[in-house]
Amino acid sequence: MFTLLLKKLNQPALNSTSKWVARSFSTAPKEVTVREAINSALDEELARDQRVYVMGEEVAQYNGAYKITKGLFEKYGADRIIDTPITEAGFAGIGVGSAMAGLRPVVEFMTWNFAMQAIDHIVNSSAKTHYMSGGKVFNPIVWRGPNGPPTSVGAQHSQCFAAWYGNVPGLKVIVPWSAEDHRGLLKSAIRDDNPVVCLESELLYNYKFTLSPESQDKDFLIPIGKAKVERQGTDITIVSFSRIVSNCLEAAEILAKEGISAEVINLRSIRPLDVETIVKSVQKTNRLVTAEEGWPQHGVGSEIAAQVVENAFDYLDAPIERITGADVPMPYAKNLEDAAMVQVQNIVNACRRVCYRKK
Amino acid sequence: MNQSIKVLSNLVKSSNTSRSLINAGSRRSVLFKTLNTNNTVRNFSTKQSKIDKDDEKTFDYTDKLVVQKLETYIPCYTIMNQDGIVSKPEQDPNFSQEVVTKMYKTMVLLNTMDSILYDVQRQGRISFYMTSFGEEAIHIGSASALDMGDTIFAQYRETGVFLWRGFTVDDIVNQCCTNDLDDGKGRQMPMHFGSKKINLQTISSPLTTQLPQAVGSSYAQKLAGEKNCTIVYFGEGAASEGDFHAAMNFAATLSTPTIFFCRNNKWAISTPSKEQYKGDGIAGRGPNGYGIRTIRVDGNDIWAVHNVTKLARKIAVEEQVPVLIEAMTYRVGHHSTSDDSSRYRTVEEINYWKETKNPINRLKNYMVRKNWWTEDQEKAIVAESRQLVRESLMKAEKRKKPALSEIFNDVYSELTPNLIEQQKELEEHLKLYPDEYPIDQYAK
Repeated sequence: MFTLLLKKLNQPALNSTSKWVARSFSTAPKEVTVREAINSALDEELARDQRVYVMGEEVAQYNGAYKITKGLFEKYGADRIIDTPITEAGFAGIGVGSAMAGLRPVVEFMTWNFAMQAIDHIVNSSAKTHYMSGGKVFNPIVWRGPNGPPTSVGAQHSQCFAAWYGNVPGLKVIVPWSAEDHRGLLKSAIRDDNPVVCLESELLYNYKFTLSPESQDKDFLIPIGKAKVERQGTDITIVSFSRIVSNCLEAAEILAKEGISAEVINLRSIRPLDVETIVKSVQKTNRLVTAEEGWPQHGVGSEIAAQVVENAFDYLDAPIERITGADVPMPYAKNLEDAAMVQVQNIVNACRRVCYRKK
Repeated sequence: MNQSIKVLSNLVKSSNTSRSLINAGSRRSVLFKTLNTNNTVRNFSTKQSKIDKDDEKTFDYTDKLVVQKLETYIPCYTIMNQDGIVSKPEQDPNFSQEVVTKMYKTMVLLNTMDSILYDVQRQGRISFYMTSFGEEAIHIGSASALDMGDTIFAQYRETGVFLWRGFTVDDIVNQCCTNDLDDGKGRQMPMHFGSKKINLQTISSPLTTQLPQAVGSSYAQKLAGEKNCTIVYFGEGAASEGDFHAAMNFAATLSTPTIFFCRNNKWAISTPSKEQYKGDGIAGRGPNGYGIRTIRVDGNDIWAVHNVTKLARKIAVEEQVPVLIEAMTYRVGHHSTSDDSSRYRTVEEINYWKETKNPINRLKNYMVRKNWWTEDQEKAIVAESRQLVRESLMKAEKRKKPALSEIFNDVYSELTPNLIEQQKELEEHLKLYPDEYPIDQYAK
């Protein structure tokens, strides 16, 4: 499935080496998978801070359902890499309680779909503990796992929770795309004193990116709440996050051949949302398309559209368009699923419409 | 309920705990060194080199086809009858007159405060209140057996536990009145306390979420090698939530120093316990269901509750395992100020408990027997308690309300851009309409 997907996605070459700063500890850019990036981030944070521990179903001996925690059990032992009984509400609650008591748990959900059984602990406890305790108790948890449709697993395993958790004050929500994102954001999340929801993509786990020497540093951190312009452009702004950033970069390549210069923004965080970067870009391009895997109603694109209307309405030369997953539970059959998921062509077409190009 | 009891520790139903302890020594070094004693280390992830035949050791195979049913109930430990007579003197904790008097005074203070604040809610001066009528012995009996280093996770009807640990009437009243001295900065409804001073985690409204969280807290204590435990209180109704199962199963499998303290007060709002569960109550789930050591206790007998909690604490801390306590009692008051219990239960039922099993009177009779207490002293402390609560209330009501800035603080450990934006909007709005809001009544 992964090899098929890699072909389908036509991975763009990442050229982040131009800005690298020479540092003694890492000498060259390195190609790694997202899986390896997450694993190294966890490894380094476990080594750095004894209060950090990893908990979830199958995370220890089995190395995680998606092998994200490979080697960590052998290295850190059963007290810090904890397999749990199959009770999401149980280990989510234990995560909250142990964070209240001073630990820094990284709680893995096998997929975010299963976190629905634990959402009370995430929303009603972890997000509100600091506030309700009058600022006295902290809840430094990272809730992480694969989010969004991984293909061929049907309605109950294929949904994006960015808009759900993005709605909750008290939570921070990160949506990494590249290996650098996964390292820098996850490490920042583990060091953050607030609960952080980390929405990964199963489809990205095998995806390879180049890590700059700087981003290989064990103290490499990406600030939560700041977006990254992945590609500069002048004619249209495309805002996306997580896996769909790949599709947007691919769309930008196609559009470039048609003479449309697209700027692609990788949100990196859903909450806090970096409205400033989006608004600045729209002030330059005057056109906006958003792209996400989730559903349209009250989606991340809806929020971005509202923010741009409130903050940069006078700069808009065309209506904003949102590209999202189809507004249906995800069907299983391949042909139906493809039709329900965001494809590169959808983004290209939307950009053409917003730029008033016919083709 | 007053059946004679053998030795208390025999009552702690023990399951086969050794079964799960496999090969702890072969794993990599434990980072928290204090943990590394033979039976305290948990073991989910340990590779087993031999085929585990332990299952076969735990039960016998039989050629008799028998459908099992509940035949024996876990007995209820009690040592002091309503006349204040301790059946087995060696089991009397034998506190000094001074300590017993303090315990009794705290129970009376709790009872008095509940009466006054209940009425104050009825007058519309606070929005909500929950009384602890009938459960005073559970509060003081259990709290007096704990260490200040032990962490408390409460449900909402444990005010006496907090009082015993040094939470004051002022602390309670300020929170109920949500003034500028409220530790929670006016963010929670009344009775949802949290206090570092007494090691009480902030009370959470959604039922039973405190149970798995308490297991997490005690797991942290275990990793840090503390000689402390976490006690978590909950009602028998809360035990119907899925979180109860999650917590019990995790505590058992992670082997954490957690005391699960169930206050079985027979009523979950309007649902009687006989409709809440079948089988042998909450205690019945412990030994066979989860492999957790369990004690059932008379919740209206302060000495029984004290002994049981003390033993549970000893087991939890020394052996690093969870213990379940089910204290049998009765909710004499309404569920909360949002409830009228006369609609679903009889006054006769309430009076039976109030008069014949009253936990406060039981301790009073004990003190009178020892010539430690007179009616004059009784009158004096009731008057003192009333005075204390009334004065506290008057002070609290006069204070300013929390500062408006507290709306935005503590959503995160720092102010995020959207919070700063909202804060600016509010400031500008208040500058535009300075006379429309009673800002002078808010703290700065």
